[in-house]
Amino acid sequence: RCSVPRGGMESLSSLARGEALGACGADPWSEDFEDSVRATENLLEALRREVGAAMDGGGPAAVERHRRRGKWLPRERIAKLLDPGAPFLELSQLAGRELYGEEDVPCGGIVTGLGAVHGRPVAVVANDATVKGGTYYPITVKKHLRLQEVAEACGLPCVYFVDSGGANLPRQADVFPDRDHFGRIFYNQARMSAAGIPQLAVVAGSCTAGGAYVPAMADETVIIRGNGTIFLGGPPLVRAATGEEVSAEELGGAEVHTGTSGVADHLAEDEAHAVQIARNILANIDGRREAIAGPPPAFEEPLFPAEQLRGVVPRDAKRPWDVRAVLTRVLDGSRFHEFKARYGRTLVTGFGAIHGHTVGVVANNGILFSESAVKGAHFVQLCGQRNIPLVFLQNIMGFMVGRRYEAGGIAKDGAKMVMAVANAAVPKFTVIIGGSFGAGNYGMCGRAYGPNLLFMWPNARISVMGGEQAAGVLSMVEDDKRRRAGAPWGPEERAAFERRIRERYDREGDAMYSTARLWDDGVIDPADTRWVLGLALAAAAGVPRRESRYGVFRM
Amino acid sequence: PKMSLSGQPTLIRTHNQAARSPGSPSVNCPALAKAGIPTVAIYSDADSASRHVLLSDEAVRVGPTPPSQSYLNAEAILDAARATGATAIHPGYGFLSENHAFAGACRERGIAFVGPPAEAIRLMGDKAESKKLMRAAGVPVVPGYEGNEQSADGLEEAAAKIGFPLLVKAVMGGGGKGMKLVSHQSEFKDALTSAQREAREAFGDERVILERFITSPRHIEVQVFCDAHGNAVHLFERDCSIQRRHQKVLEEAPATNISEKVRATLGQTAVQAAQAVGYVNAGTVEFIMDKATQEFYFMEMNTRLQVEHPVTEWLCGIDLVEWQLRAAAGESLPASQEDIQAKGHMIEARLYAEVPHQEFLPGTGRVLRWRLPPDAIQYAIPSGPSGVRVDSGIQEGDEVGVNYDPLIAKVIAGGETRPDACSTLCKALEELQVCGLPTNLAFLQRALGHREFADGNLDTGFIDRHKEELLAPRRHPPKMLALAAVARHKLASALNSLSSPALHPWDTPDYRRLNHIEEQAFGFKVPGGGEETVRIKFVSENVYEARVDPPSGSPLVVTEASLDSDGRFTAKVGSVPVAADVFSFTKSRKEVMHVWSEIGNADLEWDRPGHRAEAGGVSEVGTGQILAPMPGKIVKVPVEAGQKVEAGQALVVLEAMKMNHTMHAPAPGVVGPVLVRPGRQVEEGQVLLSILAANEGSEEEGARDEAA
Repeated sequence: RCSVPRGGMESLSSLARGEALGACGADPWSEDFEDSVRATENLLEALRREVGAAMDGGGPAAVERHRRRGKWLPRERIAKLLDPGAPFLELSQLAGRELYGEEDVPCGGIVTGLGAVHGRPVAVVANDATVKGGTYYPITVKKHLRLQEVAEACGLPCVYFVDSGGANLPRQADVFPDRDHFGRIFYNQARMSAAGIPQLAVVAGSCTAGGAYVPAMADETVIIRGNGTIFLGGPPLVRAATGEEVSAEELGGAEVHTGTSGVADHLAEDEAHAVQIARNILANIDGRREAIAGPPPAFEEPLFPAEQLRGVVPRDAKRPWDVRAVLTRVLDGSRFHEFKARYGRTLVTGFGAIHGHTVGVVANNGILFSESAVKGAHFVQLCGQRNIPLVFLQNIMGFMVGRRYEAGGIAKDGAKMVMAVANAAVPKFTVIIGGSFGAGNYGMCGRAYGPNLLFMWPNARISVMGGEQAAGVLSMVEDDKRRRAGAPWGPEERAAFERRIRERYDREGDAMYSTARLWDDGVIDPADTRWVLGLALAAAAGVPRRESRYGVFRM
Repeated sequence: PKMSLSGQPTLIRTHNQAARSPGSPSVNCPALAKAGIPTVAIYSDADSASRHVLLSDEAVRVGPTPPSQSYLNAEAILDAARATGATAIHPGYGFLSENHAFAGACRERGIAFVGPPAEAIRLMGDKAESKKLMRAAGVPVVPGYEGNEQSADGLEEAAAKIGFPLLVKAVMGGGGKGMKLVSHQSEFKDALTSAQREAREAFGDERVILERFITSPRHIEVQVFCDAHGNAVHLFERDCSIQRRHQKVLEEAPATNISEKVRATLGQTAVQAAQAVGYVNAGTVEFIMDKATQEFYFMEMNTRLQVEHPVTEWLCGIDLVEWQLRAAAGESLPASQEDIQAKGHMIEARLYAEVPHQEFLPGTGRVLRWRLPPDAIQYAIPSGPSGVRVDSGIQEGDEVGVNYDPLIAKVIAGGETRPDACSTLCKALEELQVCGLPTNLAFLQRALGHREFADGNLDTGFIDRHKEELLAPRRHPPKMLALAAVARHKLASALNSLSSPALHPWDTPDYRRLNHIEEQAFGFKVPGGGEETVRIKFVSENVYEARVDPPSGSPLVVTEASLDSDGRFTAKVGSVPVAADVFSFTKSRKEVMHVWSEIGNADLEWDRPGHRAEAGGVSEVGTGQILAPMPGKIVKVPVEAGQKVEAGQALVVLEAMKMNHTMHAPAPGVVGPVLVRPGRQVEEGQVLLSILAANEGSEEEGARDEAA
């Protein structure tokens, strides 16, 4: 209804936010382009295979056991909670991949993401009890906390489907004591509740010990008869401690908690009922919805099909290409109002819209120079001033090096950009579409700069520097060391050393490696970029305007 | 609303010579309606806005909803006639139409009764006397014995003369009480003894009659018409053998598989029967016919126009209501026997508000959807033998209750031949859209589609014999289920976005996911039992892959699905475009969805989440609430609060539609508070009483056992 077809509709100029871009050098009929598409599709195939496997959770036997108890799988719970057919922007599908050696923890044992209930974006967490009983591994904790962080940044109500054995006891040292460990979950709940962000728990399974605090800390809690239990100490612990013999249901079942203890508020007869109650709760959380819903913005689709995004990045990383080829396939109507187009050209900045939401775009188009960094800082401040969400498209080898550039103060110009990005109080979204290396990662709103969401394309790479450069630097250092020790190495030995470094950087710089560790919020199909950013922008549309305050810019 | 079809009386103000044009939709008279004869509808409170009222020139309230206080209240009707200046009354059918006292009362007040003389009504109303009369007039009646000799030996002798199998029936009998079927003479004495005992207990009169039992009987009836000048004709016969609970379901004319010779004899015999009682106006002589031999016997005569008269009207091209009015006005019959020709074949299906799976018990509810087949004509006689006619007083929004007959429509189809009529009727029933209340629509379709029906192998045992087949849960083709599932998805998302529009792109309801394709299972319950699961893969926007469990072959690909606000659903299955009408509503604990499409129809249901809690307490362990299964009146509550009951023990007896329904204890327990008393009217789903678990007692007993 809000998508406007193109074609002789110049009267739509009122929608225009800038000049329409062309293909920007990405020629879909060129051999190079097709080559890139093929390469991307290979990566996507591998990605989907991995995601598919992760979605099987703890495997058929565990799933069967789960179902026999009348329980739904986490994604089934989520799909039924969300509006019929609503998209689910699942985060970090490959969390935990190859992280614990022999131990497989698919999806990190927890499903998180953003969805819509009654048309309103919400954040959802669902334990997967088929994976290690839903216990919290370090990555599980990290993923849970990350979702809360996203929810808080976007002001989204949180729904927790609890079905977990609590902390993974053998790994307690890595999940319990530290700041960003288990306890942080409840801290976040408390802080978000205080900030008026609704916290809702659905107890669909066991909720023992620390886990009991998820429902207990929630604003409203639903518990399912038969399967849902909440207690600080389970029946075995009770027997050990006091000798009292008691069943789980008697100790902390739905009847007890909704009728006697008041730990939970709503008794659900089954999964379907629980989800219905949760939807009813969310229908009644606040009157703020009207403020954010408003009339839906009208917009035009881009001039080029989204699938072409799979071919815009050349396979040969050394070949220059124009990042506007991405913009023209992501922005509404392919329209882009560029800012400072003729200055600091290796950074493209400007305004556009995605699904009707105005955005400021900061996109790399080569290595960062002082001018580009200063321009970036300027533009980010503009967006902060105007309360316009920022979209960073990262493809950065780093800042320019060399005597001339150091002397020109490139470090202080880079610092200006970092200062601006760190303090602009607007929703920020980062997509790593190519490389993310060195200080460029900082200026372009890398993970450490708190983007509301950060996604990677499957071809993206992330590390402190490129494998080639690292190999060169490290082998020179090693060479010096050996020389000082009087034991120089032969060219073959040196080549092998360099290869090892390169291989290691290649492996650790891979998008799959990154996403397993939650350095990002997921790997996405380039063709989904516009959709994902649209969902993200809409999800953050309710964030109240905040004043941006900056620190001292080194001049 | 159903009143319109049960043919309530209509008052007619006449001018000129003829009493004309009753407005009752069931007996519409297009030819005379054009002449502008004013009609006055009468109505009870329940019918104040029903269709027959709206179609009449004037309407008069005759009383509250219960028929005894309105449509059966002769004085009120006669008063209404006087008040409106009506000069004739068409009695419709049912109610007072066969009440000779009413017919007499009309005449006493100078109001023309559009029907036979009171005496003819009286004579034919007395089943024993009418048989004697008929036998005397040479009309064949079922061989039997109705004499005064009631000794066992005397009766056995009479039985031997009649032949076996035969029925022993109480003279005062009814409802099957005191009735026994005897296959051989050797069983006769025992059967007689028990019949006499039952008769004595039930009626205080142990006298019996004997009657030949026809093993495979057909119900064949003949439409007759007589004027006051001694002219009488027949308008051929109808076969009304397809019955359930002794009520007709499918009726057709002419009767199939009958020799021309028998047909001619039937007609003559019926005329003979009518003349024997000095009959005037329209009537129907009912015969029971032995399927094998085509021998037929007089059963009874209906001294009124019948529900199924449209098949005959159409067959002969004669407006029977017009004839009735002319006869009532003293005119001669407009046609002689030679003029009356049968052309084509017509079948009528009676659409009832009922639950076939529950012994055809009447069903109630609000008519949420009512659409007739697009080419159906209403209340008129089609010009040729082919077409569809629907007579119904139903309108969308009507509430169908328990006060009147559950008949809600008559769907009549005609064709050159019987198979033509049959397939036209099937199609019309496919196209007829009704929801909100249970009906026998699907059952009618099944019956019509049955091979034996197609073969014309009809007898009154048809439904009982094929019950299992006719009531088996419907199996829908995968294509239908796939469409239904996609339509259900579209409907759910459309409803959701109506109540809460989302920001784009959160509002695209296609289960879009990152890096994988979402599959959703849609479970459907089929009325009468059976479940189907359709798994839909949401491949991309508006592209769905559907598989029906258990999966076989490649999935059905549904594309370009769209649902407009009128419930018009279109999609492509493979490359074939399909259009359907979709309607869904919530009924107590269920979501109900109807689909009418080019590839067939489906009635599907699924549970609403949380239904158990809504039921209020039934999920409490060991307790059970006893709910009224249908609206009705409490007859008996044979238990009291605090009483211990066993599983299966009778708790409440409810009367609905002249039948008693007993509710039993689901498990042993103690009766909780009793919330109703005899005589009370209750609604469907109303809590009558509850059974509490008899915990304490049994635990104590258990403890004692252990101690011992």
